[in-house]
Amino acid sequence: MSFSWARQYEPQTGVTKWLDERLPLPRLVYNAVGAGYPVPRNLNYMWNFGVLAGFFLVLQIITGVVLAMHYASDATVAFAKVEHIMRDVNWGWLMRYMHANGASFFFIVIYLHIFRGFFYSSYKAPREMIWLLGVVIFLLMMATAFMGYVLPWGQMSFWGAKVITGLFGAIPVVGEPLQVWLLGGFAPDDAALNRFFSLHFLLPFVIAGVVILHIWALHIPGSSNPTGVEVKKESDTVPFHPYYTAKDGFGLGVVLIVFAIMVFFLPNMLGHPDNYIEANPLSTPALIVPEWYFYPFYAILRAFTFDFFFVPAKLLGVIAMFASILIWFILPWLDKSPVRSGHYRPLFRIFFWILMADMALLFYLGGAHAEEPYIMLSQLATAYYFLHFLVILPIISQIEKPRPLPYSITEAVLGKDEQAAGNKPAETSA
Amino acid sequence: MAESTGTATADMIVGDGDDGVRRRDFINIAAVSFAGIGGAATLFPLISQMAPSADVLAESSTELDTGAIAPGQAIKAIFRKQPLFVRRLTAAELAEANAVGLDDLRDPQTLADRTKEGHGDVLVTMGVCTHLGCVPLGAAEGENKGEYGGYFCPCHGSHYDTAGRIRKGPAPTNLEVPEYEFTSDSVIRVG
Repeated sequence: MSFSWARQYEPQTGVTKWLDERLPLPRLVYNAVGAGYPVPRNLNYMWNFGVLAGFFLVLQIITGVVLAMHYASDATVAFAKVEHIMRDVNWGWLMRYMHANGASFFFIVIYLHIFRGFFYSSYKAPREMIWLLGVVIFLLMMATAFMGYVLPWGQMSFWGAKVITGLFGAIPVVGEPLQVWLLGGFAPDDAALNRFFSLHFLLPFVIAGVVILHIWALHIPGSSNPTGVEVKKESDTVPFHPYYTAKDGFGLGVVLIVFAIMVFFLPNMLGHPDNYIEANPLSTPALIVPEWYFYPFYAILRAFTFDFFFVPAKLLGVIAMFASILIWFILPWLDKSPVRSGHYRPLFRIFFWILMADMALLFYLGGAHAEEPYIMLSQLATAYYFLHFLVILPIISQIEKPRPLPYSITEAVLGKDEQAAGNKPAETSA
Repeated sequence: MAESTGTATADMIVGDGDDGVRRRDFINIAAVSFAGIGGAATLFPLISQMAPSADVLAESSTELDTGAIAPGQAIKAIFRKQPLFVRRLTAAELAEANAVGLDDLRDPQTLADRTKEGHGDVLVTMGVCTHLGCVPLGAAEGENKGEYGGYFCPCHGSHYDTAGRIRKGPAPTNLEVPEYEFTSDSVIRVG
C-alpha cells in the first residue's frame, strides 16, 4: 500500500521495460526505498538508525562469510585459527576487527532505534506488527551475537557459553537434560562449538528474512514521524529518494567515521582481554561478563539473589532476564495513550528519561563485580525497569493531559501559512 | 459431458453413504496422516543428533587416588570434562560442618549424607557452581574460600561451607556430589 500521490515507477529503457513485465524487481526497490515511497517530511536524525542497522547487518554478513573461509570450529584449533586470521591471512585482522566492532555498532544503532521507538511510541497502532517483528529481530541478534562470541574459544567464550547454557539448567525438571542436549555434552566442547558455528552462520540470514517482513509491515501504514500525527496530504511527505537516501547517507558517513576510529585505533576497546587466553575448563576468570551489549540483561539476571514465593533465586533471575525483553512484546497494549510522540506528552517524557537513566545504570551494573553495593543497585534498577513498563506507563496514559497536537505534519513544520504549505497557489504579483 | 472423458469428476464419486462421507475422504485422511507421522518421525533423529555422542559418553568415568591428599588439602581432577574437587577435611573443618543445624541450610544435607561411610573426611564434589556453572575457588592453596571456609564462586558470589553446601549467594543447591565409590582404601571411581 502507499499513498495515492506516490510516484509511479516508469521503466525508461527497453531492458527495464522487459524486466518490469517479467520480474518487477526495480519496481519493488523503487516503491520500497526509492522515489515511490512517500515519507513524512519532518523526520529527524533518530530516523536514520533503521537504515544504519541494515547496513551493519550486511557488513556482518560479508565480513562473517570471509572469516568463515579461514576459521575451523574444532575446539583444538579454533583459538589458533583466530590468531591465524589475525597474523597470517591477508587483511584478516581488518575482517576480524570489522566483524567484532561491527557487532558492537549493530547493537549501538539497534538500541538507538529501539529507544527512538520508546520515545515516539512507534509501537502504537497501526504499527504494532513492525514493533513485534523488531523485537523478534532483536532476540535473533542476541542469539547470533552470543554464539558468535563463543567461536574464538577464549576464556570468555567458554565461560560465557557455560553461564548462558547454564540458564537453561535453571528450568525445573527438564533443565539439566535440556542443557546437556543443547551442549551435546556435559560442558561446552567440540559439539557445542560446532553447532554454535553452524547456527551463527544461519541466523543472520533468518534475521535478513525478518527484516524484509519488518520493512514490508512498515510500508503498509508508512513511516511514523516526530509529531506522531499521521500523514494527511501530499504536502506532509517527500519521496524517500532523494530526500532520505541523502539524509541516511549523511548519517551513515558520520557513523562510519566513528566506526573507522574504533576499528583502526581502538579495536579491542569493547572486548575483554580474557578472551585472548585460550579456553580452560578448569579455571574461571575472576569476572565473567558477556559483551557490553548484554550488560543490562545480565545485571537483571544477577539481581536475583533471594528465593521468592518458593521460586529459587536462579530460576527467578532467568525468568526476569527473558521477561525484561519479552515485555516489549506487550508494550503496544501497556501504553494506551492516544498520543504517540513524547514531545506532546509532558509526564511521559519525564519517565522516558528516568527509564533511560535506569537502563544506563543497568548497563554499568552488568559489567561490575557481583558484590555490594552493585547487587543492591541491580535489584533497585531491575525493580524500576519492570515498574516502568507494568505500572508507570499504564498509569501515565490514564492521568496525563497531553499538549495540543498540530493539525498536520505540514502545520508542525511550516506553521499555519497555507501558502508555504502549498495548499493555495501563490498570488500572482502585479 | 462427463461420459465423453475417462476422468472421474466429483459428482461421479459422491454418495456411498447418507452422511455424505466419500471413499476419497478416507484416502485423504490416510494420506495426510501417513505423511504427518512420517514427517514427525524424521524429527526424532534431528533432535537426537544434538545429544552427547558416543565418544563423549565414553569418557564418563574417572579413577583417582585420594591417599596422597593431606588434611586441609584439595585436588582438582577432571570428570566428564568438568572439574572435580576432592578434599580431605581437617578436624576443625569436620567440626564446623557438623555444628551447623539443618534448619540453617538452603539445601539441607549433613556432612555424612555427602561422604562415604568410613571416609567421612573425604569430600568429593563437582567443581561446578550450581548457580551457572563457574568453577568455585578454594581448592587450590591461597584461593578465596568464602565466608564459610569451603568454596567461593567468583562469578556471582556464592559461598559454600566446608561440606560444599550452599550458605550464601544465588546458587540454589549444594555442590553436586557425583556418583562414586571407593574401589580400595584410597582409590575412588567416579561415574
